[in-house]
Amino acid sequence: MKRGAYSVNRRILHADFNSFYASVSCFLDPSLRPRPVAVAGDPEARHGIILAKNELAKRFGVKTGEAIWQAKKKCPRLVTVPPDYDAYRRFSALGRAIYGEYSDRVEAFGLDENWIDVSAAVETTEDARRLAERIRARIREELGITVSIGVSDNKVFAKLGSDLKKPDAVSVVAPENYREVAWPLPAQDLLYVGRATRTKLLRYGILTIGDLANTPESFLKSQFGKCGVMLHAFANGLDVSPVLCTTDQPPIKSVGNGVTAPRDLVSDEDVYLTIAMLAESVSARLRENDVRAKTVHLCVRDAGLFFLLRQRRLDRPTSLTLELARACMKLFAENYGWQAPVRSLAVAASDLVAANSPEQLTLFDDETPRRRAEAAEAAVDSIRRRFGYHAIGRAVFLKDPSIGLLNPKEDHTVHPVGYLRNCTMNDVIGGRA
Amino acid sequence: MKVYVTVELTVDQDGVMHPQRIHWTDGRRFDIASVSDVRRAASLKAGGTGLRYTCRIGSRDTYLFYEDPKWFVVT
Repeated sequence: MKRGAYSVNRRILHADFNSFYASVSCFLDPSLRPRPVAVAGDPEARHGIILAKNELAKRFGVKTGEAIWQAKKKCPRLVTVPPDYDAYRRFSALGRAIYGEYSDRVEAFGLDENWIDVSAAVETTEDARRLAERIRARIREELGITVSIGVSDNKVFAKLGSDLKKPDAVSVVAPENYREVAWPLPAQDLLYVGRATRTKLLRYGILTIGDLANTPESFLKSQFGKCGVMLHAFANGLDVSPVLCTTDQPPIKSVGNGVTAPRDLVSDEDVYLTIAMLAESVSARLRENDVRAKTVHLCVRDAGLFFLLRQRRLDRPTSLTLELARACMKLFAENYGWQAPVRSLAVAASDLVAANSPEQLTLFDDETPRRRAEAAEAAVDSIRRRFGYHAIGRAVFLKDPSIGLLNPKEDHTVHPVGYLRNCTMNDVIGGRA
Repeated sequence: MKVYVTVELTVDQDGVMHPQRIHWTDGRRFDIASVSDVRRAASLKAGGTGLRYTCRIGSRDTYLFYEDPKWFVVT
């Protein structure tokens, strides 16, 4: 396929902070720097997995996602530190402020990655590379951590480029060199080629990005549907999705919180307590964003790691804790047979509408209790804003403070994001499917 | 090492801060004769980042960092 048939002439950077959590923690505490360090959850609360590690720990084979005891087996002198999300958010914002000096199109992909469209600032790939070098140096001098930057004419190859050389480096995957640089890489290095897709590609002898690029689009479409067309476009550097304007970041589409309970949940009462605690956080975030939800989702994972995901449309849009909690509890009762104790739960709300959008009232229901509940929750929000989360709470949460007094809103507000979150597949492939 | 300090400063009508004096932890006070440079910078030695003021104190240049909302110097 002729490259460039659908692409536009752009200069895009993808900046990825190296080992972000671990780098920030090591920067803030110089005594950690000469040691192998991993940022890990709290083992007491059963969150004892590795979230990030520094270069030294990496050399010992410490991997993100493994349990602390597994990591310590490989690296007995590993120092584990708790995550400091406030610091990560601060460094993320400082990084974005630097990127924002060069473009009004800076699109975040999680806390540590950003695409920057610098097409308006520079005219050639070489100029973009020089600009990327300047940004890399500024991040090191001004923030004390390092960044790897990929330079390309599209978002997918720019992201691929930022993975090529680490740490503190700039790599170019441009129209002039992508066949030599990107095509020999394994197919799974490409965005959206996960474990399942890789296995399926292997079955057809497609090992590298180049193999994928040279496989007929029609064959990939027959095997993977629209996603096959997208992957073919990605491999050929034909991704045309835009880098969003900094001011145009879309409104939220859903709000969710999940938790691995500090102990296994063994009764409906335990589960209700946890669901109510999560629903309280979700409803507070809905109100914060001035929206109400029309659908609730419940995820359950039991001690045998059985996973259940169910959703229900609500009778009326809501941002009330009790309405969300009761709907989730109903989903739980209808779908879970208590074959094993419950390990983790998540509550999410989607199908969001503006809080002030018109609502059809019923003739026969008394609206007063609902209005009172809304006023009470607004008052609780206000008290918590002024005096902290634990200044006021539901009495039911005191039944088991280890669960009821968790604060998921503050403790877990960093969420992974999807590439297609901000655009449709047609935006990515230029409407060719 | 990072030492947080009290700083006396003036804020001009454009909102720009001009540090005037540093109160050291033992009670001593050091007048800042002049500020020759202000830039955003990180201090690897101290593990902090912020606006770095290059201050003339006596016959020496000293870095004073504004790590919103606190101030620190590196020893």
